Amino acid sequence: MNYKFQFGDVFAAWPLLLKGTWTTIQLSLSAMVLGLLVAILCAWAKTAGPRPVRWIINAYIELIRNTPFLVQLFFFFFGLPALGLRWSAHTAALTAMVVNLGAYATEIIRAGIESIPKGQIEAGLALNLKRHEIFRFVILKPALRAVYPALASQFILLMLSSAVVSAISADDLTSVAANLQSQTFRSFEIYIVVTAIYLLLSLAFSTLFRIAYQRWLNYPERR
Amino acid sequence: MMRTFGLPDFLFILEAAKWTIALSLIAFGGGAVGGLLLALARTSGIAALSMAARLFIQLFQGTPLLLQLFLIFFGAPVLGFDINPWVAAGIALVLNSSAFLGEIWRGCIEAIPRGQWEAAEALSLSYFDRMRDVVLPQAFKIALPPTVGYLVQIIKGTSLAAIIGFVEITRSGQIVNNATFQPLMVFSAVAGIYFLLCWPLSLLAAHMERRRAAAFAR
Repeated sequence: MNYKFQFGDVFAAWPLLLKGTWTTIQLSLSAMVLGLLVAILCAWAKTAGPRPVRWIINAYIELIRNTPFLVQLFFFFFGLPALGLRWSAHTAALTAMVVNLGAYATEIIRAGIESIPKGQIEAGLALNLKRHEIFRFVILKPALRAVYPALASQFILLMLSSAVVSAISADDLTSVAANLQSQTFRSFEIYIVVTAIYLLLSLAFSTLFRIAYQRWLNYPERR
Repeated sequence: MMRTFGLPDFLFILEAAKWTIALSLIAFGGGAVGGLLLALARTSGIAALSMAARLFIQLFQGTPLLLQLFLIFFGAPVLGFDINPWVAAGIALVLNSSAFLGEIWRGCIEAIPRGQWEAAEALSLSYFDRMRDVVLPQAFKIALPPTVGYLVQIIKGTSLAAIIGFVEITRSGQIVNNATFQPLMVFSAVAGIYFLLCWPLSLLAAHMERRRAAAFAR
Protein backbone atom coordinates (compact mmCIF):
# COMPACT_ATOMS: atom_id res chain seq x y z
CA MET A 1 0.00 0.00 0.00
CA ASN A 2 1.62 3.24 -1.04
CA TYR A 3 -1.21 5.60 -0.23
CA LYS A 4 -0.30 8.57 1.94
CA PHE A 5 -3.04 9.54 4.34
CA GLN A 6 -3.50 13.29 4.43
CA PHE A 7 -5.79 14.48 7.15
CA GLY A 8 -4.72 18.12 6.79
CA ASP A 9 -7.63 19.17 4.58
CA VAL A 10 -10.10 17.37 6.81
CA PHE A 11 -8.91 18.94 10.05
CA ALA A 12 -8.67 22.34 8.38
CA ALA A 13 -12.42 22.09 7.79
CA TRP A 14 -13.19 21.61 11.50
CA PRO A 15 -15.67 24.52 11.74
CA LEU A 16 -17.79 22.88 9.02
CA LEU A 17 -17.56 19.48 10.70
CA LEU A 18 -18.52 21.02 14.02
CA LYS A 19 -21.52 22.71 12.43
CA GLY A 20 -22.57 19.45 10.79
CA THR A 21 -22.19 17.60 14.09
CA TRP A 22 -24.34 20.18 15.81
CA THR A 23 -27.02 19.89 13.07
CA THR A 24 -27.04 16.11 13.52
CA ILE A 25 -27.37 16.45 17.30
CA GLN A 26 -30.09 19.06 16.94
CA LEU A 27 -32.03 17.02 14.36
CA SER A 28 -31.79 13.90 16.50
CA LEU A 29 -32.81 15.62 19.74
CA SER A 30 -35.78 17.42 18.13
CA ALA A 31 -36.87 14.20 16.45
CA MET A 32 -36.58 12.39 19.77
CA VAL A 33 -38.76 14.86 21.67
CA LEU A 34 -41.39 15.17 18.93
CA GLY A 35 -41.31 11.46 18.09
CA LEU A 36 -41.77 10.59 21.75
CA LEU A 37 -44.82 12.87 21.93
CA VAL A 38 -46.28 11.25 18.80
CA ALA A 39 -45.57 7.84 20.31
CA ILE A 40 -47.17 8.61 23.68
CA LEU A 41 -50.26 9.94 21.92
CA CYS A 42 -50.46 6.90 19.62
CA ALA A 43 -49.80 4.44 22.45
CA TRP A 44 -52.55 6.06 24.50
CA ALA A 45 -54.98 6.06 21.56
CA LYS A 46 -54.08 2.46 20.84
CA THR A 47 -54.94 1.29 24.32
CA ALA A 48 -57.93 3.56 24.94
CA GLY A 49 -59.12 4.84 21.54
CA PRO A 50 -62.07 3.65 19.44
CA ARG A 51 -61.58 0.83 16.96
CA PRO A 52 -61.09 2.89 13.74
CA VAL A 53 -58.42 5.03 15.45
CA ARG A 54 -56.62 1.91 16.63
CA TRP A 55 -56.80 0.52 13.11
CA ILE A 56 -55.25 3.66 11.60
CA ILE A 57 -52.45 3.69 14.17
CA ASN A 58 -51.70 0.03 13.49
CA ALA A 59 -51.53 0.74 9.76
CA TYR A 60 -49.14 3.66 10.43
CA ILE A 61 -46.87 1.50 12.59
CA GLU A 62 -46.76 -1.43 10.16
CA LEU A 63 -46.22 0.83 7.16
CA ILE A 64 -43.28 2.64 8.74
CA ARG A 65 -41.66 -0.41 10.28
CA ASN A 66 -41.75 -2.38 7.04
CA THR A 67 -40.31 0.21 4.64
CA PRO A 68 -36.78 1.69 4.56
CA PHE A 69 -36.14 5.07 6.15
CA LEU A 70 -34.51 6.25 2.90
CA VAL A 71 -37.74 5.62 0.97
CA GLN A 72 -39.78 7.41 3.64
CA LEU A 73 -37.39 10.33 3.32
CA PHE A 74 -37.77 10.43 -0.47
CA PHE A 75 -41.52 10.23 -0.09
CA PHE A 76 -41.57 13.26 2.21
CA PHE A 77 -38.97 15.30 0.33
CA PHE A 78 -39.89 14.53 -3.30
CA GLY A 79 -43.40 13.12 -3.01
CA LEU A 80 -45.26 15.57 -0.80
CA PRO A 81 -44.13 18.75 -2.63
CA ALA A 82 -45.92 17.28 -5.67
CA LEU A 83 -49.10 17.86 -3.65
CA GLY A 84 -48.16 21.54 -3.32
CA LEU A 85 -46.32 21.39 0.01
CA ARG A 86 -43.13 23.49 -0.05
CA TRP A 87 -40.50 22.69 2.52
CA SER A 88 -36.75 22.63 3.01
CA ALA A 89 -34.58 19.52 3.08
CA HIS A 90 -34.05 20.14 6.79
CA THR A 91 -37.77 20.18 7.62
CA ALA A 92 -38.46 17.18 5.42
CA ALA A 93 -35.63 15.30 7.14
CA LEU A 94 -36.92 16.19 10.60
CA THR A 95 -40.47 15.18 9.66
CA ALA A 96 -39.30 11.84 8.28
CA MET A 97 -37.31 11.20 11.46
CA VAL A 98 -40.25 12.10 13.73
CA VAL A 99 -42.65 9.91 11.76
CA ASN A 100 -40.14 7.04 11.77
CA LEU A 101 -39.29 7.21 15.47
CA GLY A 102 -42.97 7.70 16.35
CA ALA A 103 -43.88 4.31 14.89
CA TYR A 104 -41.09 2.38 16.62
CA ALA A 105 -41.51 4.17 19.94
CA THR A 106 -45.30 3.61 19.94
CA GLU A 107 -44.75 -0.13 19.94
CA ILE A 108 -42.11 0.14 22.67
CA ILE A 109 -44.29 2.34 24.90
CA ARG A 110 -47.36 0.20 24.31
CA ALA A 111 -45.39 -2.81 25.56
CA GLY A 112 -44.51 -0.76 28.64
CA ILE A 113 -48.13 0.24 29.24
CA GLU A 114 -49.25 -3.37 28.94
CA SER A 115 -46.72 -4.35 31.58
CA ILE A 116 -48.47 -2.18 34.18
CA PRO A 117 -50.51 -4.43 36.50
CA LYS A 118 -54.26 -3.72 36.55
CA GLY A 119 -54.20 -3.44 40.32
CA GLN A 120 -51.99 -0.39 40.04
CA ILE A 121 -54.57 1.41 37.88
CA GLU A 122 -57.35 0.37 40.26
CA ALA A 123 -55.27 1.75 43.12
CA GLY A 124 -55.12 5.04 41.23
CA LEU A 125 -58.92 4.99 40.81
CA ALA A 126 -59.34 4.21 44.50
CA LEU A 127 -57.25 7.27 45.34
CA ASN A 128 -59.75 9.31 43.29
CA LEU A 129 -57.15 10.43 40.74
CA LYS A 130 -58.53 11.92 37.54
CA ARG A 131 -58.26 9.96 34.29
CA HIS A 132 -55.40 12.03 32.91
CA GLU A 133 -53.62 11.90 36.25
CA ILE A 134 -53.85 8.13 36.26
CA PHE A 135 -52.48 8.00 32.75
CA ARG A 136 -49.64 10.35 33.54
CA PHE A 137 -48.48 9.18 36.95
CA VAL A 138 -49.76 5.63 37.34
CA ILE A 139 -49.41 4.32 33.80
CA LEU A 140 -47.04 6.44 31.73
CA LYS A 141 -44.18 7.10 34.13
CA PRO A 142 -43.67 3.49 35.25
CA ALA A 143 -44.24 2.33 31.66
CA LEU A 144 -41.54 4.66 30.34
CA ARG A 145 -39.25 3.51 33.10
CA ALA A 146 -39.85 -0.14 32.21
CA VAL A 147 -39.00 0.36 28.54
CA TYR A 148 -36.30 3.01 29.04
CA PRO A 149 -33.41 0.86 27.75
CA ALA A 150 -35.33 -0.04 24.58
CA LEU A 151 -36.24 3.61 23.99
CA ALA A 152 -32.66 4.74 24.55
CA SER A 153 -31.27 2.25 22.03
CA GLN A 154 -34.00 3.14 19.55
CA PHE A 155 -32.97 6.76 19.88
CA ILE A 156 -29.31 5.95 19.22
CA LEU A 157 -30.38 3.94 16.16
CA LEU A 158 -32.32 7.01 14.97
CA MET A 159 -29.30 9.26 15.50
CA LEU A 160 -27.16 6.86 13.44
CA SER A 161 -29.72 6.44 10.68
CA SER A 162 -29.98 10.24 10.46
CA ALA A 163 -26.80 9.96 8.33
CA VAL A 164 -29.20 8.89 5.58
CA VAL A 165 -30.74 12.39 5.40
CA SER A 166 -27.55 13.43 3.61
CA ALA A 167 -29.20 11.83 0.56
CA ILE A 168 -31.35 14.98 0.36
CA SER A 169 -28.50 17.28 1.53
CA ALA A 170 -30.06 18.27 4.83
CA ASP A 171 -26.83 19.94 6.12
CA ASP A 172 -26.16 17.20 8.66
CA LEU A 173 -22.72 15.77 9.44
CA THR A 174 -22.75 13.30 6.55
CA SER A 175 -23.85 16.03 4.09
CA VAL A 176 -20.90 18.12 5.25
CA ALA A 177 -18.64 15.12 4.67
CA ALA A 178 -20.02 14.62 1.17
CA ASN A 179 -19.44 18.29 0.32
CA LEU A 180 -15.89 18.21 1.68
CA GLN A 181 -15.28 15.08 -0.31
CA SER A 182 -16.23 16.72 -3.57
CA GLN A 183 -13.94 19.68 -2.81
CA THR A 184 -10.84 17.93 -1.48
CA PHE A 185 -11.12 14.39 -2.90
CA ARG A 186 -9.86 13.08 0.44
CA SER A 187 -12.89 10.81 0.74
CA PHE A 188 -11.32 8.02 2.80
CA GLU A 189 -9.82 10.40 5.37
CA ILE A 190 -13.05 12.39 5.63
CA TYR A 191 -15.22 9.35 6.16
CA ILE A 192 -12.80 7.93 8.75
CA VAL A 193 -13.02 11.15 10.76
CA VAL A 194 -16.79 11.48 10.38
CA THR A 195 -17.39 7.82 11.31
CA ALA A 196 -15.29 8.42 14.42
CA ILE A 197 -17.46 11.44 15.27
CA TYR A 198 -20.61 9.29 15.00
CA LEU A 199 -19.02 6.67 17.23
CA LEU A 200 -18.23 9.35 19.84
CA LEU A 201 -21.79 10.69 19.54
CA SER A 202 -23.34 7.28 20.14
CA LEU A 203 -21.04 6.63 23.11
CA ALA A 204 -21.83 10.09 24.50
CA PHE A 205 -25.58 9.62 24.12
CA SER A 206 -25.58 6.19 25.75
CA THR A 207 -23.59 7.60 28.70
CA LEU A 208 -26.01 10.52 28.91
CA PHE A 209 -29.00 8.20 28.91
CA ARG A 210 -27.46 6.11 31.69
CA ILE A 211 -26.89 9.20 33.81
CA ALA A 212 -30.43 10.48 33.12
CA TYR A 213 -31.85 7.13 34.20
CA GLN A 214 -29.95 7.13 37.47
CA ARG A 215 -30.86 10.74 38.10
CA TRP A 216 -34.61 10.69 37.37
CA LEU A 217 -35.95 7.19 37.01
CA ASN A 218 -33.94 5.10 39.41
CA TYR A 219 -36.14 4.59 42.44
CA PRO A 220 -36.31 1.48 44.62
CA GLU A 221 -38.82 -1.10 43.50
CA ARG A 222 -40.98 -3.23 45.77
CA ARG A 223 -40.66 -6.88 44.91
CA MET B 1 -42.44 15.52 -23.12
CA MET B 2 -42.58 13.72 -19.77
CA ARG B 3 -43.57 10.09 -19.66
CA THR B 4 -46.28 9.20 -17.21
CA PHE B 5 -45.76 6.54 -14.59
CA GLY B 6 -47.22 3.37 -16.05
CA LEU B 7 -47.07 -0.38 -15.85
CA PRO B 8 -43.66 -0.71 -17.59
CA ASP B 9 -42.16 1.64 -15.00
CA PHE B 10 -43.69 -0.34 -12.17
CA LEU B 11 -42.37 -3.57 -13.68
CA PHE B 12 -38.92 -1.97 -13.98
CA ILE B 13 -38.93 -1.25 -10.25
CA LEU B 14 -40.38 -4.66 -9.46
CA GLU B 15 -37.66 -6.36 -11.44
CA ALA B 16 -35.03 -4.58 -9.39
CA ALA B 17 -36.50 -6.36 -6.35
CA LYS B 18 -34.44 -9.38 -7.34
CA TRP B 19 -31.26 -7.39 -6.61
CA THR B 20 -32.65 -6.29 -3.27
CA ILE B 21 -33.43 -9.91 -2.46
CA ALA B 22 -30.02 -11.13 -3.69
CA LEU B 23 -28.21 -8.51 -1.62
CA SER B 24 -30.34 -9.38 1.42
CA LEU B 25 -29.54 -13.08 1.06
CA ILE B 26 -25.81 -12.35 0.80
CA ALA B 27 -25.99 -10.07 3.84
CA PHE B 28 -27.91 -12.67 5.83
CA GLY B 29 -25.75 -15.61 4.75
CA GLY B 30 -22.49 -13.83 5.49
CA GLY B 31 -23.93 -12.18 8.58
CA ALA B 32 -25.05 -15.55 9.95
CA VAL B 33 -21.53 -16.98 9.69
CA GLY B 34 -19.94 -13.83 11.12
CA GLY B 35 -22.63 -13.49 13.77
CA LEU B 36 -22.21 -17.09 14.96
CA LEU B 37 -18.44 -16.63 15.25
CA LEU B 38 -18.92 -13.36 17.16
CA ALA B 39 -21.53 -14.88 19.48
CA LEU B 40 -19.26 -17.86 20.19
CA ALA B 41 -16.31 -15.54 20.78
CA ARG B 42 -18.38 -13.42 23.17
CA THR B 43 -19.48 -16.46 25.18
CA SER B 44 -16.13 -18.29 24.98
CA GLY B 45 -14.89 -17.11 28.36
CA ILE B 46 -11.53 -16.29 26.80
CA ALA B 47 -10.99 -12.64 27.70
CA ALA B 48 -9.00 -11.54 24.63
CA LEU B 49 -11.38 -13.22 22.20
CA SER B 50 -14.46 -11.87 23.95
CA MET B 51 -13.01 -8.34 24.05
CA ALA B 52 -12.13 -8.41 20.35
CA ALA B 53 -15.66 -9.52 19.43
CA ARG B 54 -17.11 -6.87 21.70
CA LEU B 55 -15.01 -4.18 20.08
CA PHE B 56 -16.12 -5.28 16.61
CA ILE B 57 -19.79 -5.22 17.65
CA GLN B 58 -19.44 -1.85 19.37
CA LEU B 59 -17.75 -0.39 16.31
CA PHE B 60 -20.42 -1.57 13.88
CA GLN B 61 -23.39 -0.87 16.14
CA GLY B 62 -22.07 2.54 17.12
CA THR B 63 -21.57 3.96 13.62
CA PRO B 64 -24.06 4.54 10.78
CA LEU B 65 -24.42 1.77 8.20
CA LEU B 66 -24.20 4.46 5.50
CA LEU B 67 -20.76 5.53 6.70
CA GLN B 68 -19.58 1.91 6.85
CA LEU B 69 -20.70 1.61 3.25
CA PHE B 70 -18.85 4.81 2.27
CA LEU B 71 -15.66 3.72 4.06
CA ILE B 72 -15.59 0.46 2.12
CA PHE B 73 -16.66 2.00 -1.18
CA PHE B 74 -14.22 4.91 -1.04
CA GLY B 75 -11.56 3.19 1.07
CA ALA B 76 -11.00 0.04 -0.97
CA PRO B 77 -9.63 1.84 -4.08
CA VAL B 78 -7.29 3.79 -1.82
CA LEU B 79 -5.94 0.55 -0.38
CA GLY B 80 -5.46 -0.77 -3.91
CA PHE B 81 -8.56 -2.93 -4.32
CA ASP B 82 -10.84 -2.72 -7.29
CA ILE B 83 -14.40 -2.37 -6.06
CA ASN B 84 -17.88 -1.87 -7.48
CA PRO B 85 -21.11 -0.95 -5.69
CA TRP B 86 -22.18 -4.64 -5.62
CA VAL B 87 -19.12 -5.79 -3.70
CA ALA B 88 -18.99 -2.72 -1.45
CA ALA B 89 -22.65 -3.07 -0.46
CA GLY B 90 -22.22 -6.81 0.07
CA ILE B 91 -19.19 -6.41 2.35
CA ALA B 92 -20.70 -3.54 4.36
CA LEU B 93 -24.00 -5.35 4.90
CA VAL B 94 -22.28 -8.63 5.84
CA LEU B 95 -20.08 -6.91 8.44
CA ASN B 96 -23.00 -4.90 9.79
CA SER B 97 -25.37 -7.85 10.11
CA SER B 98 -22.58 -9.94 11.64
CA ALA B 99 -22.37 -7.41 14.46
CA PHE B 100 -26.13 -7.24 15.05
CA LEU B 101 -26.76 -10.99 14.71
CA GLY B 102 -23.72 -11.65 16.91
CA GLU B 103 -25.22 -9.52 19.66
CA ILE B 104 -28.70 -11.07 19.31
CA TRP B 105 -27.33 -14.61 19.36
CA ARG B 106 -24.99 -13.93 22.27
CA GLY B 107 -28.09 -13.14 24.32
CA CYS B 108 -29.75 -16.37 23.17
CA ILE B 109 -26.70 -18.47 24.08
CA GLU B 110 -26.48 -16.80 27.47
CA ALA B 111 -30.17 -17.51 28.06
CA ILE B 112 -29.43 -21.25 28.19
CA PRO B 113 -29.29 -22.17 31.89
CA ARG B 114 -25.80 -22.70 33.32
CA GLY B 115 -26.87 -26.15 34.47
CA GLN B 116 -26.99 -27.28 30.85
CA TRP B 117 -23.38 -26.26 30.31
CA GLU B 118 -22.33 -27.89 33.56
CA ALA B 119 -24.20 -31.09 32.74
CA ALA B 120 -22.49 -31.23 29.34
CA GLU B 121 -19.15 -30.68 31.03
CA ALA B 122 -19.89 -33.37 33.61
CA LEU B 123 -20.52 -35.75 30.71
CA SER B 124 -17.04 -34.73 29.54
CA LEU B 125 -18.30 -33.45 26.20
CA SER B 126 -15.74 -31.42 24.30
CA TYR B 127 -16.43 -27.72 23.64
CA PHE B 128 -17.45 -28.58 20.08
CA ASP B 129 -19.87 -31.36 21.11
CA ARG B 130 -21.27 -29.33 23.97
CA MET B 131 -22.06 -26.44 21.63
CA ARG B 132 -23.36 -28.58 18.79
CA ASP B 133 -25.49 -31.02 20.78
CA VAL B 134 -26.49 -29.14 23.92
CA VAL B 135 -26.29 -25.35 23.82
CA LEU B 136 -26.81 -24.26 20.22
CA PRO B 137 -29.92 -26.38 19.47
CA GLN B 138 -31.67 -24.82 22.48
CA ALA B 139 -30.37 -21.35 21.70
CA PHE B 140 -31.59 -21.77 18.12
CA LYS B 141 -35.20 -22.03 19.30
CA ILE B 142 -34.93 -18.80 21.25
CA ALA B 143 -33.06 -17.08 18.43
CA LEU B 144 -35.50 -17.84 15.65
CA PRO B 145 -38.10 -15.06 16.19
CA PRO B 146 -35.62 -12.18 16.63
CA THR B 147 -33.56 -13.48 13.70
CA VAL B 148 -36.57 -13.45 11.37
CA GLY B 149 -37.33 -9.96 12.69
CA TYR B 150 -33.78 -8.89 11.91
CA LEU B 151 -34.20 -10.07 8.30
CA VAL B 152 -36.61 -7.15 7.89
CA GLN B 153 -33.85 -4.78 9.06
CA ILE B 154 -31.47 -6.32 6.52
CA ILE B 155 -33.90 -5.88 3.62
CA LYS B 156 -34.48 -2.25 4.61
CA GLY B 157 -30.73 -1.73 5.03
CA THR B 158 -30.04 -2.79 1.44
CA SER B 159 -31.82 0.41 0.31
CA LEU B 160 -28.70 2.35 1.32
CA ALA B 161 -26.81 0.69 -1.52
CA ALA B 162 -28.86 2.99 -3.77
CA ILE B 163 -26.80 5.94 -2.49
CA ILE B 164 -23.58 4.50 -3.96
CA GLY B 165 -25.39 3.72 -7.22
CA PHE B 166 -26.31 0.06 -6.87
CA VAL B 167 -29.54 -0.44 -8.80
CA GLU B 168 -31.98 -2.15 -6.45
CA ILE B 169 -35.57 -1.14 -5.65
CA THR B 170 -34.84 2.34 -4.28
CA ARG B 171 -32.32 3.28 -6.99
CA SER B 172 -34.60 2.08 -9.76
CA GLY B 173 -37.34 4.17 -8.15
CA GLN B 174 -35.08 7.22 -8.38
CA ILE B 175 -34.34 6.43 -12.02
CA VAL B 176 -38.04 6.13 -12.86
CA ASN B 177 -38.77 9.30 -10.91
CA ASN B 178 -36.17 11.20 -12.94
CA ALA B 179 -37.88 10.06 -16.13
CA THR B 180 -41.53 10.52 -15.15
CA PHE B 181 -41.32 13.12 -12.38
CA GLN B 182 -44.23 11.64 -10.47
CA PRO B 183 -42.50 11.19 -7.12
CA LEU B 184 -45.68 10.55 -5.16
CA MET B 185 -46.64 7.60 -7.33
CA VAL B 186 -43.11 6.31 -7.76
CA PHE B 187 -42.09 6.32 -4.10
CA SER B 188 -45.46 4.93 -3.03
CA ALA B 189 -44.84 2.04 -5.42
CA VAL B 190 -41.30 1.62 -4.08
CA ALA B 191 -42.56 1.64 -0.49
CA GLY B 192 -45.30 -0.80 -1.46
CA ILE B 193 -42.81 -3.31 -2.85
CA TYR B 194 -40.67 -3.13 0.28
CA PHE B 195 -43.80 -3.53 2.37
CA LEU B 196 -44.77 -6.69 0.49
CA LEU B 197 -41.28 -8.09 1.09
CA CYS B 198 -41.03 -7.14 4.76
CA TRP B 199 -44.52 -7.41 6.19
CA PRO B 200 -44.88 -11.21 5.88
CA LEU B 201 -41.55 -11.59 7.67
CA SER B 202 -42.67 -9.21 10.44
CA LEU B 203 -45.90 -11.14 10.87
CA LEU B 204 -43.99 -14.42 10.94
CA ALA B 205 -41.58 -13.08 13.56
CA ALA B 206 -44.44 -11.85 15.74
CA HIS B 207 -46.26 -15.17 15.36
CA MET B 208 -43.12 -17.13 16.33
CA GLU B 209 -42.54 -14.86 19.30
CA ARG B 210 -46.09 -15.42 20.58
CA ARG B 211 -45.74 -19.17 20.20
CA ARG B 212 -42.43 -19.16 22.00
CA ALA B 213 -43.85 -17.04 24.82
CA ALA B 214 -46.84 -19.39 25.12
CA ALA B 215 -44.51 -22.40 25.24
CA PHE B 216 -42.52 -20.80 28.05
CA ALA B 217 -45.64 -19.86 30.00
CA ARG B 218 -46.74 -23.48 30.24
